[in-house]
Amino acid sequence: MDNLNITILLASIVAGAAPIVLAAVGETVTEKSGVINLSLDGSILLSAMVAFAVAYQSHNLVLGFMAGAAAGGLVAAIVGVFSVYLGQSQVAVGFVLTLTARDLAYFFGNPYARLYGPMVSPWPIPFLHKIPLLGPIFFQHSTPVYISVLVIGVCWWYLYRTPSGLCLRAVGEHPQAAYARGINTRRIQMWHTIAGGLLVGLAGATFALCTKPGWGRPQGAEGTGWIALAIVIFGGWHPVKAALGAYLFAFLQVMGIHFQRWWPSVPSQVFQVAPFPLMILALVLVNVAQQGRGYTKGKATSVLGRIVNLLSGAAPAALGRSFRPE
Amino acid sequence: MTPLANRMQNLKESVGETLFLLSGVLCLTFLLLLVAGAPPFAAFYHLFIGALGSWSKFTQVLMAWIPLTLCACGLVFTFRVGLWNIGVEGQMVAGAVSATAVLRIGAESGMPGVFLVLAFFGGMLGGGLWAVIAGFLRTRFEVNEIFAGLGLNFVALGVTLWLIFGPWKRPGVASMSGTEVFPPSMWLPTLPSLRLSPIGLALAIAALVGTGWVLTRTRLGLALKGIGNNPKASYLHGLKTTRFMLYAMGLAGGCAGLAGTFQVTGVYHRLIPAISSNYGYLALLVVMLANYKVWGTPGIAFFFACLNIGSIQLPMMLHLDSSLSGIIQGTLVLAVLLMQVWRKRRQTDNY
Repeated sequence: MDNLNITILLASIVAGAAPIVLAAVGETVTEKSGVINLSLDGSILLSAMVAFAVAYQSHNLVLGFMAGAAAGGLVAAIVGVFSVYLGQSQVAVGFVLTLTARDLAYFFGNPYARLYGPMVSPWPIPFLHKIPLLGPIFFQHSTPVYISVLVIGVCWWYLYRTPSGLCLRAVGEHPQAAYARGINTRRIQMWHTIAGGLLVGLAGATFALCTKPGWGRPQGAEGTGWIALAIVIFGGWHPVKAALGAYLFAFLQVMGIHFQRWWPSVPSQVFQVAPFPLMILALVLVNVAQQGRGYTKGKATSVLGRIVNLLSGAAPAALGRSFRPE
Repeated sequence: MTPLANRMQNLKESVGETLFLLSGVLCLTFLLLLVAGAPPFAAFYHLFIGALGSWSKFTQVLMAWIPLTLCACGLVFTFRVGLWNIGVEGQMVAGAVSATAVLRIGAESGMPGVFLVLAFFGGMLGGGLWAVIAGFLRTRFEVNEIFAGLGLNFVALGVTLWLIFGPWKRPGVASMSGTEVFPPSMWLPTLPSLRLSPIGLALAIAALVGTGWVLTRTRLGLALKGIGNNPKASYLHGLKTTRFMLYAMGLAGGCAGLAGTFQVTGVYHRLIPAISSNYGYLALLVVMLANYKVWGTPGIAFFFACLNIGSIQLPMMLHLDSSLSGIIQGTLVLAVLLMQVWRKRRQTDNY
């Protein structure tokens, strides 16, 4: 591991994971309400294209980010209307939108392909960036990266420390009971699907204006949406664990570049695939954890038991089912 | 009303609905083209001419229809048992890789014909195994088949890339253009004047008939339907639900593997990174449009193949991205989903 500086490595993980963190936390919020927005892979691309095009035309980065978020919110709103109000299969609608949003992005993004456009420049936070070790890792990035770190905390606080977060979780766990208590389940599901979509859109914008600047076919963000969806499960539907999962995958991606240096005969695309078998393994482990919890009763003594306990987290009980209040 | 008149009424309604949907999607595409600053009529003209303008174009459409139909047939099985086999894409790739492996062994032997046949069996086996892995993850570890399938899609892609750049690389330079082209004796035979493979066509039609037969005329089809409608009741009834899920996955993977083999032996004559041409994902849309039934798939698959082949011309003629075809296909499925809601509401209003 020569010339592999740990500080630089950690800093590049924090920066590289920013869009995945945004998307995974956004999807966690959506799924907490019981709705799966499967369209992530397409909506990230669409919002990346929209963000780049708007920023390119207006020479305004903030406008670009807002447009990107709006695109993500719009796709999520379609998923929401179809599944929450019309009672159609969330998976079917989400999958169709995955493909359609991607094609829309390629179609309308064609004129903007391979143009040199605006991008976010780094903005070290005054004073804080001089702290040894922590400064370079956390406080020498660009604004979207700071936002991605902030979003983790804000979402955790919202979900577990506010009344509306409690309502949201109630709707995801037991919509009938929530409805009987007088909660407007449909409105809550709809709004949180859109809110999650806005974060996903922000993830796409972060790709096009910060992490992998520019637009093209392929953009380089392809597949991220699927990774984010997997990380939500990996994180046991908990925003902080999901974010940790995102950082783990960013670590694997960064290490992939180094692995390639060690085995130059293997093409880099092979290492980019690495997160996916690990995702499957994680899902298997989560299941083993849930099955094993029955008889260990949380008293994990072995190392494997502890890892498994850490990973375990239950899905919102009503996830993926449409509830029709009658 | 007599049953026949009733049926005619239903038919009339569904034809009317189809025309209504198509014109709606056409209008939407028209608007999208206007927004993109492209001439809509010219775009539709080139889409049409690009797909059905000549015999050679029509042949190309049929050659795209074959793998699309094969994948769609397989997917009808998995949808019937209640599984979302999104891994069909990777199963197609796994089939293509296994078929290539068989052909590579065969290239050194003196019997190209035998190994061509073996390649199809190899492809079917490879695709089937890849699907059964996803099925096993679902039945044994409760890993959602969507995520297992997707993960395996990316793994299959990684394996293909590794083979193309590593062990199977072309002498001299390894590149994204794929492995070395097979000798013509190992290509799927085509008609003398047109690049149309009769064997491929026969395979696709056989798959259609076979799927329809298994699903409507055999105990296996009945079991799959029962489990898809109510897995708990079927289990209590004594059906081994997990085993039938694996059967359905294996059949779907086998069909997808055949499609992959066809891409290798009939279309590209080598293994390339994009060997699946996204037909697996597209086949999912086809089956959704066909309302998860087999008899609607050939027509819809043909329409989708026309769109795909027709759009190839768009970048050259009008500087438009060829993804226009995907937009039309996607909005069509969304429109059908809306239509289903409307139909259901009207039915409940009537009672």
